[in-house]
Amino acid sequence: MSGGFPSPYGGPSPYAAPVPVLRLGDVLLVTLQGDLHDGTAEQLQQDISDTVARSGATGVVIDLSGVEMVDSFLGRVLSDIAAQTSLLAARTVIAGMRPAVAITLVELGLTLPGLRTALSTEDAMRLLGDQGPTLPRPGRTRQESV
Amino acid sequence: MQTAGGVSACLPIHSDLDLVWVRQHVRQAAAQLGFGLVEQTKLVTAASELARNTLIHGGGGQMECAPVAAGGVQGLRLAFSDEGPGIPDLDRALMDGFTSGEGLGMGLGGARRLVHDFKIDSRPGGGTTVTVTTWLSVPPRPREER
Repeated sequence: MSGGFPSPYGGPSPYAAPVPVLRLGDVLLVTLQGDLHDGTAEQLQQDISDTVARSGATGVVIDLSGVEMVDSFLGRVLSDIAAQTSLLAARTVIAGMRPAVAITLVELGLTLPGLRTALSTEDAMRLLGDQGPTLPRPGRTRQESV
Repeated sequence: MQTAGGVSACLPIHSDLDLVWVRQHVRQAAAQLGFGLVEQTKLVTAASELARNTLIHGGGGQMECAPVAAGGVQGLRLAFSDEGPGIPDLDRALMDGFTSGEGLGMGLGGARRLVHDFKIDSRPGGGTTVTVTTWLSVPPRPREER
């Protein structure tokens, strides 16, 4: 095999690290960057479901602003994550999809109707905050300063 | 002015790691030829779908990437070939929603909508070659009835 551009990884072992799942209060924040391996995406699907079940998070925000391409495989992973978290009592919001990615997805025939979206992670947090997470939990009192 | 030297390449497709390489290469080749962001994204997405087909259904193979020119218009041609079992029913395989593996069944039909020219050559038992070309300044193909 020959030709091509130099390695974008700068080394012979381009295995990507797992994607971190961060917890912010009742919301899990997942930031996807660059080009995801199929295996990494499947691992992420499992990690998110495990973390939601363990932590009782009520929302998941997946930041796609650093993702240059969503094909049918990644599209399926995203919609599976949304369906799984929904069964685990958490809502998933996809944030920051690039316009070129949205245009391509529609042309490809994937509109992913089950997914909630927001233009930025901030909007996504606000969307999730509209219900539930900011309300005081039963049994907990909140100090109100006037 | 860069030469088109890096554009021509023959990349192996034998693992999901190779899919990452294929996408990276197509992205850089398309950028070098002067494709805009949306066309780059479409090409990379089509390449990802077709390379995954080569890997999963064809049992692995290769992608040949080459710059082409016709009538003073430049383009990028990608050929995905495998020595797999071939596609028994081409019309059915090109239909949206048809799937024999992972994904959402948008692979072949979806990829066809993302490029200007699409050619598929497959015989049962004789392997499959899918060749796609996108030109730098051609209006998009007319929308099909869906």
